[in-house]
Amino acid sequence: MMSVPQRRALRLALRLAMAVAVTLIFMFPIYWLFMISFKTPAEIYAFPPKWYPGQINFDAYAVLFKDGDAATVGNSLIVAFFSTALAMFLGFICAYSLARFSTGGQHLANWIVSQRMIPPIAVVFPIFLLYVFFGLVDTYIGVILLYTAFNLPYVIWMMRGYILDVPRALEESALVDGCNRWQVIWKVVLPMCRAGLAATTIFTFVFAWNDFIFALVLTRTEVATYTVQLTHYFGGQSNFWAKISAMSVLGTLPIFVVTAFMQRYFVRGLSLGAVKG
Amino acid sequence: MHAHGGFRESNFKYLLVGPAIFVLLLVGVFPLIYLLLVSFQGITMTETSTDFVGAENYRQLFDDPRLWQALLHTVVLTAIALPLELVLGLAMAQLFLDRLPGRAIFIALLVLPVVVSPIVSGATWSLMFNHRFGPLNQIIGWIMGKETILLWTINPNLVYPAIVAAEVWQWTPFMFLLLLAALGNVDRSQLEAAAIDGASWWRTFFRIVLPAIAPVMSIAILIRGLDLFRLFDIVWALTQGGPGTLTETISIFTYIKGFRQFETSYTAAVALLVVILLSALVMLLLRRVELAR
Repeated sequence: MMSVPQRRALRLALRLAMAVAVTLIFMFPIYWLFMISFKTPAEIYAFPPKWYPGQINFDAYAVLFKDGDAATVGNSLIVAFFSTALAMFLGFICAYSLARFSTGGQHLANWIVSQRMIPPIAVVFPIFLLYVFFGLVDTYIGVILLYTAFNLPYVIWMMRGYILDVPRALEESALVDGCNRWQVIWKVVLPMCRAGLAATTIFTFVFAWNDFIFALVLTRTEVATYTVQLTHYFGGQSNFWAKISAMSVLGTLPIFVVTAFMQRYFVRGLSLGAVKG
Repeated sequence: MHAHGGFRESNFKYLLVGPAIFVLLLVGVFPLIYLLLVSFQGITMTETSTDFVGAENYRQLFDDPRLWQALLHTVVLTAIALPLELVLGLAMAQLFLDRLPGRAIFIALLVLPVVVSPIVSGATWSLMFNHRFGPLNQIIGWIMGKETILLWTINPNLVYPAIVAAEVWQWTPFMFLLLLAALGNVDRSQLEAAAIDGASWWRTFFRIVLPAIAPVMSIAILIRGLDLFRLFDIVWALTQGGPGTLTETISIFTYIKGFRQFETSYTAAVALLVVILLSALVMLLLRRVELAR
């Protein structure tokens, strides 16, 4: 018979073993994806597959930069950055109005969150036809405008929740002290919800950065994003594995780095603010 | 303008929402109206006349088995992937609920698939599933004790498991995170009371834990369900809807009709059908789920 502490220790050891196993299983595809970019072609097309590169090799990255393919990561950065800035600004002031004045009532709030749920393909098809007409296909402006609109409902909805968390009394005392509403927004409310603002900014940025379907339809060569460039390596000959892998690392690693700093806000950000975490 | 209270509040609040609503109408609603217009015309790759053809395109919707199959594929993928993600996510949340050495690090690592671009995770899994140079067939070969060549993205019997695997890999961590938060908020005193009463683990789970986490669970199901209905990227990377049209989702079908076969007006009708179906679904679900406060 085991004593109670022994049983506890055994239980913990079992849980720990399972935790390690689960984490390894979920990490393995990312490891595999990243690892291929450091292999030589001979190692990539070795049979049976090799599970690690003989030595770290950066040729795949060198090729991406030499051919200019890496510029598509720059395009992703440009469209994600500007659309995020625009969506955050427009969304924040709109959210303030919804939160403080209940502008438009519950109907407007519901309409905005339902905009989030429209299938991208249904929106992007008529947008494409209109963009052809206005000459906006394959332009930064066109992509930024669409990303802004697509992310606005998310920003408004999330920021509305964060602003509702700011005590009204703070604003009222600032108003008494002679600030006007516009100043209250920037000097009182904004600093009070900067954590929520940062988390929402990062999420919005990630949505734009990770988008594929809008960019697939609306870009050609000039402003193609890294996700679109990635699909150019698909199919045909499988000679492009090194490029698929290296391009994925370039597109994914920055996201891993920025999101590492916002673990606390993940649950709230992913659940559209419904779960505070 | 400069004096205290210089803003007229009633105008000011509309001034603040104005720009955002304008952008949403411009990019969200105006295109839908345009879609409606195009759907009553007869534009195709060869036909550029914008004459109205009545409800012709809508009649065609009902005579298009490929469309309804695409809808069916979408429903099937959702019906398989969503419960899997939910059950696996719940089991993982249960595993990581109590104190565990390195818990924060485990969770930080497990979250990573959620922030990977879906097209990248599709690409990742097509590398994993490659019949010759991918590790999965190799692992299966070790288990079977002989070399095994499974054509994951080509064999009609294997494409669905392949897509579901990629989908479940990417989004189970989403369920896990939300359910972990929900489980952490379950009232401890109720659990202790149940333990004192000698209730079994299962009984406690179904009587106390499950009702307590149900609101979060329904939100998670709503969000993932709607995402699955729009599924595009992962399937595009793995199969492009193939073999044939076997894994065509409704989004892929719409894309192919509009941008590969250039059946402009018919695609408009399909896109509107998708919007209507999804809106109905959203309204039905939003009424049951407490998303707003």
